[in-house]
Formats: sequence, structure tokens, C-alpha cells
Amino acid sequence: MSRLEPLLIDQSVKGRRGVGIPKSPVSQPLGHLIPEKFLRKKKPHLPEVTEFQVVRHFTRLSQLNFSIDTHFYPLGSCTMKYNPKLNEAMAGLPGLKNIHPLAPDVVSQGMLEILYNLEQWLIRVTGFDAFTLQPAAGAHGELTGIFLAQAYHRARGNKKSVVLIPDSAHGTNPASAALAGFKVVQVKSQSDGHIDLSDYRQKLTDEVALIMITLPNTLGIFEGQIETITREAHAKGALVYLDGANFNALAGLVRPGDLGFDICHINLHKTFSTPHGGGGPGAGPVGVKKELEPFLPVPRVLKEKEKFVMRDSKHQFPQSIGQMRSFFGSTGVLLRAYTYMVTLGEDGVKEMSRRAIINANFIRVRLSKIFKVAANEPCMHEAVFSGVPALKNGTKTLDIAKRLLDYGYYAPTVYFPLIVPECLMIEPTETETPETLEAFCTTIEKIAREIETDPEMVKHAPHTTPVQRLDEVQAAREPVLKWPSWNSAFNTFYEEKTQKSQGPQK
Amino acid sequence: MPNPQQCKFAKTHEWIASDGTIGISDHAQKEMTDVVFVDLPKVGLEVKAGDACAVVESVKAAFDIYSPVSGKITKVNQAVSKKPALVNQSPYENGWLFVIEKSNPAEEAVLLSLTDYEKFIEEETNGH
Repeated sequence: MSRLEPLLIDQSVKGRRGVGIPKSPVSQPLGHLIPEKFLRKKKPHLPEVTEFQVVRHFTRLSQLNFSIDTHFYPLGSCTMKYNPKLNEAMAGLPGLKNIHPLAPDVVSQGMLEILYNLEQWLIRVTGFDAFTLQPAAGAHGELTGIFLAQAYHRARGNKKSVVLIPDSAHGTNPASAALAGFKVVQVKSQSDGHIDLSDYRQKLTDEVALIMITLPNTLGIFEGQIETITREAHAKGALVYLDGANFNALAGLVRPGDLGFDICHINLHKTFSTPHGGGGPGAGPVGVKKELEPFLPVPRVLKEKEKFVMRDSKHQFPQSIGQMRSFFGSTGVLLRAYTYMVTLGEDGVKEMSRRAIINANFIRVRLSKIFKVAANEPCMHEAVFSGVPALKNGTKTLDIAKRLLDYGYYAPTVYFPLIVPECLMIEPTETETPETLEAFCTTIEKIAREIETDPEMVKHAPHTTPVQRLDEVQAAREPVLKWPSWNSAFNTFYEEKTQKSQGPQK
Repeated sequence: MPNPQQCKFAKTHEWIASDGTIGISDHAQKEMTDVVFVDLPKVGLEVKAGDACAVVESVKAAFDIYSPVSGKITKVNQAVSKKPALVNQSPYENGWLFVIEKSNPAEEAVLLSLTDYEKFIEEETNGH
């Protein structure tokens, strides 16, 4: 039996109702109240189903999903940690949830105080001097950071047009730099995963405005030479940016501000347990050193005589790069992150990172018998492998990832970073218990045995999911962009639309 | 049809034939897996050796294609834009990407012969 859930429109039966809509109390013809041209000529084509059909439909859909609340989700580079339910309760408090973003400061003191305190927390944990909470996600934070660097150089009359990015950085870095109008130059990494210092020095010219570094890098290793890199950049008048997406390995242990970074973004939805995935609202606050503070986006929250105020005046912040997002960013997300930090406290944050590192190293050591570890040294928050030693009988890393779905695990990141052949990137986060990690590694060992005994079965995995192996190649080469509905009502709707659009032109 | 034996190879996995035809190696197409999209340069574009001037995208990732030599693009293979699978099926023949009018033939000195390129791949694979 297919476990696919039909669309609601395909379950529709004419005349079936979920709720009875009361008769309109308006006695006048609608045309008197709304201009005729805005009135629809036909009833909308909505699914006609009962209430329980709707409830079952969405409950089933939710059960078809993988989520951190239901499954181990070892997606490398994404820090899919558990989001404590307390965060939801706090963000849902009516006094915070129902506040209007344009309400005067005097009635928003609670919210403003929390935002102010969150900035202070981030300042303490990162070692920067000031923060903006506006950016809506990591890549948006990168763009904000690059604009800040641009404004900094402009204010000094520096003509610098190049951004240096190591090949072990996040893929969004070059995109953000290019969007801001910079020329991107790639710095090579050595075979051990560290930045190739001689290549870096050769490319570090006077043209370089900014160096963007992901730390720990995408191989999950700490760049031991980082202070040399930042020192040499500063000597050339360049700034150094930290992509803090991997901050889950550093929080409470190392402060990027102490390592010579000038700007950084922190992904609250990764490190500080706000919901993540599905493209929902994120938050990528950006921290800067003192020299860059005048350029931060407005509005900013300030503390004036024990009161909290929001300020965006041009006189007060003449050098600001302006507003990066409407109002004050994703405040619902900011509240969750603040709750998490307050719950953990400073020692808790430190323990969080320590455990994330221990869990990743457990995976690294445990799976080193099956795969080849990408960097031969202790890892930070994630373990990166080449799947090559396990791949026999024509199998690929992709097959292992698909087979994991059959065992109830979300697949780890595969084929990233590109510098590792047949790559697997596993980030367990501090969330998982040793029992889960052990069970996961045992499953990988089992799959490695299956590759020997029944490779065809592995190549065709998954077998237990609602849909089996999809033809990614055909989907990319010949995409079908129309839902092939078997419901006649839907088809009729489609035909009507097509006929209409092909009808005589006025 | 260029014979791979007579082509020169870049360490970034492009080949160039004596007439300036450029494509990607058999090894590169295998590593990329199924190619689903090819973005070609404009005819007339002047490029320097090492410039990224085309993109080959597979189900795995998008890869920049670097010109092994400097010169002007004189012809591009429209067939691969319509049928990207040609890059996989026939990397040295129907899957060629573009033709360049070399401006500095001396640059070819740093490129590898097929034998040296194969040796380089082996070293690179073992290095990781």
C-alpha cells in the first residue's frame, strides 16, 4: 500500500463540508461595497472535505517527516540540536508575543531589555564590542558583515576590492562577497585541511579588504594558525570575518574577538537552539570590534538612565549602513535564543560546546575503522570522512546516506566539503546520548556489511520510506513542474484556466 | 575528434586540444557524476589562463571550469547546454565545451600530458 498522502484537493467531494459558514449578515449586494472589478466571478476552487479529513491529512504529513523531535538528525554543518520546549513557552508569553513593533518604547520596556541583554550575552561569549540582532539568518549576517567592512574601508578612503576566502569555507561566503560587489579570490587548503599559509601570503595583497574564515572549518578542525592569519591581515590593512556557523564548537571555550577577528555572525538557529530547517525564520546577529561599531545597522537598542530605548537617528548614527531588516529582526527567534542562554548560564554554554566536541570525536574514532577520517587530528563539533574505504561493488556515499533512512536516521551531509572525495559530514551535537551515537555507528557498520553481501539492495535504498529512490538526474534535466492530479475536479479547474488564458484577447 | 593522448591537461581537470578545443577529462566527469546543467561563456569573451569561464553542474555540486590558456572564445558547444549528459557520455568528443583562440601558446608548457595527468590523479587520490 502506498504511504503517500493524497493532496486535500484530491480528497475533495462536491458538497462535503467541514464547517457550516453562517449566512452573510450584509444585505446589500456586494457590488455596492466593493468595486465590481474586484469581485470574483466564480467560486474559489477549494477542497471540499470534513474537519477530520483535514486533521488526519496534516497529522499524517507531519508523521512522514523527519525532525529533531522524532529522529537523530546528524546533518553536518547545520547543528541540528534539540530545541527545548521552554523556549517556545517564553516566546509565546502574551506580553512578548502580542507586542506591536511600532509601540512606543515606554510600553515595550520588557522586550527592549531582553534584546539589550541578549546583545550583552553575545558580546560576553564572543569577545566583540557591539552587536546587531537584525540579520535574518547566517548568509544575511555575512552580507551585513561585508557591508560593514565596505563602509569601514570607504570611511578611511581605502580602495580595496578583493575578499579572500579559503576553499574550506562555507559556500555562502563567496556568494555574499560577490553580492556586495567584491572580487572573490580563493585560498587553498593543504591536504591536512589547514589553510595553506604560503598561498594565503601570496594572495594577501593591498587590494584585500576582508578575509572570511569559517572556524572550525568545514572539515570540523580548528585552524591552529588563526592568530598568524589575523595578524598578517591587519598588517595589510585588511579585516577578518568569522563565519560563526560552527560556533557550537567554540561557545564558552574560545572568544573569536580574542583571536583577532573584527566581525562575525552567530547563527542563533544553530548554536542557540532556535528552530531550524524548513526555511523558517532564523537569526544571524553580527558582532564587531569598536572601530566598526559606528557602521552597525539601525535601529539600535540603547540603555539610557535605566530605561531602554530604540534609536535610529541619522545624527546619532551618521555612519550607519542603514536598516538590514524590517523592525528589529526575528524577535520570536531572539527570545528563544535568550531563553536558552539564560537557562544554561555561562557554565552551561561551556558544557554545551564541550559535549558537542566529545560527541563528534566519539563518532570520528568509532567510524574511523569503516571510513577514512578527512583530517588526522581531533575534530571539533563535526567529524568529516571520506566514504571511499567502505565503498565496494560500485556503491557510492549517496547509497549509504539513502540506506540510513531505512534505519530511521536522517542522512548526514554528503559530498560537502568538495575537497574530500565521497564525503560524509556528521554533526551529532551535544543533544544525543551515548546510546544513540552507539546505535548509529553500529548501523553504519551494518550498512558496510550489506555493501559486501547485498550491494544491489543498498544501491536501491531507501525501501521503507513513503517514496523510494528518486531519479535526481531526470528531475534536474527534465523537471515536471505540474502536479499530475488524477482527480477530475482538479483537471477541470486546470482546463478552465488554460482555456481562459487561450481565449480571445481584448 | 581530439585524441586524449594528444591533449594537454590542467590540474583543474580540463583538457585542451591543439586546435584550442576545451573540455573536461573523463576522470572529472566521473567524479562530478551526472551532469545536469552547463553554463557556457559568451563567444568573443577574452579570458586569461586560470579564469573561471564556464560552470558544469551535477546532482552533487556546481563546478567552475577554468580556461587552461589565455585567449578569445571563438565557439561554444550549444549541444551540451541542451543535452548536458553529453559531458558524461563523451567527454573528449561530443561533450567538448568551448574553443579558444590561444593568445600565448607558451602557457601550454605548464600543462600535463595524459600520462602525467593520470599520475597526478593517482597522487591526489592517495593524498586524501
